[in-house]
Amino acid sequence: MKRTLLTALAVLAVVPFQSAQAAGDSVTPPHKYWGFHGYDGTYDKAALQRGLKVYREVCSACHSLKRIAFRNLADLGYNEDQIKAIASEYTIQDGPDEEGEMYDRPGIPSDYFPSPFPNKQAAAAVHGVMPPDLSLITKARKYGADYVHAILTGYEAAPEGKKLQPSQHWNKYMPGHVIAMAAPLSDELIEYEDGTPMTVDQYARDVAEFLTWAAEPEMEDRKRIGLNVLLFLTIFAFVMYGVKRKIWADVH
Amino acid sequence: MGSGTREKFDNPVVDWVDERLPIFTLMQREYGVFPTPKNFNYFWNFGAILMFMLVVMIVTGLFLAMHYTANTELAFDAVERIMRDVNGGWLMRYIHMNGASFFFIAVYLHIFRGMYYGSYKAPREILWILGVVIFLLMMGTAFIGYVLPWGQMSLWGATVITNLFSAIPVVGEYIVTLLWGGFSVDNPTLTRFFALHFLLPFVIFAVVFLHVWALHVTGSNNPLGIDTKGPQDTLPFHPYYTMKDTFGLIVFLIAYAAVIFFFPNSLGHPDNYIPADPLVTPAHIVPEWYFLPFYAMLRAITFDIGVPFTDIVIISAKLGGVIVMFSSILIWVVLPWLDSHPIRSAKYRPIFQKLILILLVDFIFLGYLGAEAADAKYFGIPVNYFGLAATAYYFLFFLVFLPVLSKLEKGREMPPSINEAVTSKGH
Repeated sequence: MKRTLLTALAVLAVVPFQSAQAAGDSVTPPHKYWGFHGYDGTYDKAALQRGLKVYREVCSACHSLKRIAFRNLADLGYNEDQIKAIASEYTIQDGPDEEGEMYDRPGIPSDYFPSPFPNKQAAAAVHGVMPPDLSLITKARKYGADYVHAILTGYEAAPEGKKLQPSQHWNKYMPGHVIAMAAPLSDELIEYEDGTPMTVDQYARDVAEFLTWAAEPEMEDRKRIGLNVLLFLTIFAFVMYGVKRKIWADVH
Repeated sequence: MGSGTREKFDNPVVDWVDERLPIFTLMQREYGVFPTPKNFNYFWNFGAILMFMLVVMIVTGLFLAMHYTANTELAFDAVERIMRDVNGGWLMRYIHMNGASFFFIAVYLHIFRGMYYGSYKAPREILWILGVVIFLLMMGTAFIGYVLPWGQMSLWGATVITNLFSAIPVVGEYIVTLLWGGFSVDNPTLTRFFALHFLLPFVIFAVVFLHVWALHVTGSNNPLGIDTKGPQDTLPFHPYYTMKDTFGLIVFLIAYAAVIFFFPNSLGHPDNYIPADPLVTPAHIVPEWYFLPFYAMLRAITFDIGVPFTDIVIISAKLGGVIVMFSSILIWVVLPWLDSHPIRSAKYRPIFQKLILILLVDFIFLGYLGAEAADAKYFGIPVNYFGLAATAYYFLFFLVFLPVLSKLEKGREMPPSINEAVTSKGH
């Protein structure tokens, strides 16, 4: 019920906009501390789970996450049963069956997150343009997670003299400042059960971390392997330098 | 290659094979005992590094091609599947994608080394020209490779660059249609680019073979730029340079691995993680970093050249830019004849040395300009004027300074031989 309500609210809030990509006037998002930054950074599983909750209860009303399958949620620390439970909350269209009909069934772990709109045109009919898919958003925007966090927390009143359409909103960090998406978050909007502060800033941080994972699920493996590769190469370099020195000793 | 007397190998199997196909003799002669100047510095490492990179690109590219789909509806998703679902797929892709950048880092250093030490001069003109051919093939391969992921920059970069050919009089439009396979960059473009991206590395491999062959005929240049005069000036390639090259390669790989594993997207553009959309133009269309100096030269020409006091345009700004951009590389072909100074190495040519270092700075500066928005300003002056000035220096260097210096520049005193130069340094 709550989700339907939020969906309706979000759909009402977000309507057509012209070029969000309009150049100029962009403000560099503040640089935040992220646990996944740095050569040995890892994702915070609790933050990822909270971020998933924010995505499911708010963002998913308009934004798809089509490259993520429920099975991928194992990375967030969920076990097989929990993943099955989450998947089964979704209705997936499957088919055609033996009669040639499409049919609905509960989701299973190998399904991908269903998109809020069946196609681009349906999304555009409601929002003017299709709200971007979020699977790669932190890679597709300069400043990545900082940008996502900044957009979600950057809403303010339009400065004097700036006229906005009813469907437009003022965001400090949006390039050009005019954004079609209404401020999607407010304090206490999403229920956290682990005592984490239920503030816009915290929601934005959590969902930005979750979306970073969605864009780069391989990051922890990558950095772990990377450290081993660099360690190996560094030792190899010293060995080779010694070999080279020894061989060249009689030339110099 | 196969002529001459053959020395027997101790291993009977090796000897049996070698008697019938003297491949071991060839390797021994060309990479074992091959006489190599003893005074190389680490700039001479990049040939081996480039060879390694070419193999890395072909091998990773082969695995990527197994999972890629050249179709505008599927290409972006195919790349994301490689990143997410294919075992080791993200690693293959990041090695390949950043491999292009490191391939260009190595080739730029290799080319600059050749220019600085006069490696293009007689008798190495053909060796040098083959190198320019390889560089052009590399640029073509890299450009079409960047189109394959079918992100926003893939599509719009391809649109901008292929459109350049339309500036060519008479046949321009025809060439563009041929490149596109239609009337815009679309599915036929993607499929032919994929086919070409698979083919060109092997063409590069063939020209590299000729390049190395030519090298082994003339022998390597060296930092002093003087010819080897006998065995006292050289060392056998193995183990001296095999080991030195391996050490240099490992150091290069440390930098390469650091980018692959810790900053894999730092050399790319975020917009290429947005699926290509012909209806949405990105705010700034920027080519890959390694094309930026040439892109800046292209954009520097913003004026038509015509008959004065009339409206007759002989060379439009667009054609002018294209001519300037292509000649900036093609001019390298005639470099051995533009610079006919008898001394090879910049070490013994004080004026040439300064001018070529300025050229290096100029080229890097052009790279910065290429990344700027077209309407950007430095100190209130449009960047375009800086681009024009930097382009002017680039061409002045090749077309005016080099021929003039060839006649006028007095060189420094040169050592009589490599051996004496090396030993007199107190090594």
